[in-house]
Amino acid sequence: MNPRLFEYLLRLADNDLVLAQRLGEWVGKGPVLEEDIASTNVGLDLLGQARLWFAYAGEVEARFAGRGRSEDELAFFREEKDFRNLLLVEQPNGNYADTIARQYLFDQWHVLALGALSASADARIAAIAAKAHKEVRYHVERSSQWVIRLGDGTDVSHARMQDAIDALWMYTGEMFTVDAVERPLVEAGVAADNAALAAPWHAAVRSVLAQAALALPTDTWMQGAHARGGKQGAHSEFLSRMLAEMQVLPRTYPQARW
Amino acid sequence: MVIGAASSPAASRAGAAAVWHALGAVMDPEIPVVSIVELGIVRSVACVRDACTITLTPTYSGCPATRVIAQDARDAAAAVAPGRVDVVTALSPAWSTAWIAPEARARLAAFGIAPPGRSDASTVAVVTLRARPIRCPQCGSARTEELSRFGATPCKAQYRCIDCREPFDYFKPH
Repeated sequence: MNPRLFEYLLRLADNDLVLAQRLGEWVGKGPVLEEDIASTNVGLDLLGQARLWFAYAGEVEARFAGRGRSEDELAFFREEKDFRNLLLVEQPNGNYADTIARQYLFDQWHVLALGALSASADARIAAIAAKAHKEVRYHVERSSQWVIRLGDGTDVSHARMQDAIDALWMYTGEMFTVDAVERPLVEAGVAADNAALAAPWHAAVRSVLAQAALALPTDTWMQGAHARGGKQGAHSEFLSRMLAEMQVLPRTYPQARW
Repeated sequence: MVIGAASSPAASRAGAAAVWHALGAVMDPEIPVVSIVELGIVRSVACVRDACTITLTPTYSGCPATRVIAQDARDAAAAVAPGRVDVVTALSPAWSTAWIAPEARARLAAFGIAPPGRSDASTVAVVTLRARPIRCPQCGSARTEELSRFGATPCKAQYRCIDCREPFDYFKPH
């Protein structure tokens, strides 16, 4: 069970780490100062949550592998194929509509997943999730407001927002998959049942898109909802480039200490 | 105060009391008018013989002050504790602004930060374009508006007073 739990924790941690890194790319480049601050604050929350998941993952790894890696080792010294984040969060920032669409589609799943994980049979997961859930409630509130502002905005913002939703839609199916790693954990009450989150996610997204005067995509082909996606280590070409930038400093000076 | 081998329960209680007192003088690094005790960050102090264990709870997951606070707490306790000091983190129950002491709220306002309202216990918040009446810490007016849900620190939002036109920070209910 421990190797499965370790994999599961990496999935949660990597979602947060990769998205935090993406949001960090907006530092100093946000469309307005308040949004520069908002995006990076959301990224900071996610980075903090990633650290909590990584710390626990390292402890779990020690139970079956003799030694558990540190947060830094897990973040900076794993290869792209060993990352377990959803395909959605590694997609590039694009314009601000692309970033907001990616954020909202993820936040809506994230808040539901953390809500479910707050009742996990694993006490540590429940504690981390309960804490993270409070922060992610703010995230989804903000990102949904921006989807509406941009969707029900000018012709330009509306068009960009629709394009963004249409382009990212095919990655959303992966959030509701349950594979062989997760199934026993779900049955043990440890992991969230992603399949059960699909209906509430769709209901919420449908409502927000309607308020945003955006059309719900009809595309049903879901990248990553098939055998291999980001959760299994099969990533898009974007992740390795992002990791190269994120990991270059510690890899160049592996003995450096802050 | 007795410094040395603290082997009796009374001595342990005295040790814990000294540590609590010292922690009460450790101010939040970003909001230097409230202590980490008043913010509810210090959950417990337990002294057994020569070792004291301080349990802290982090506020926001990514709060950069967390490490500084832990170090400051350790330093303050080490100056008065009879022996070893350990600082541990408890994630559960999750920190809430409801734990902020009432006296601290008045001092936050005097410092220019509107204190947090009641924590919202609702579950999933999708879209809430609701108005929250927050009082301006400068002039007291309730006619204020939110500029940004986020501010200079993860715990604060940016507001502006419509009457006196001054911007101010709002400590978000959490």
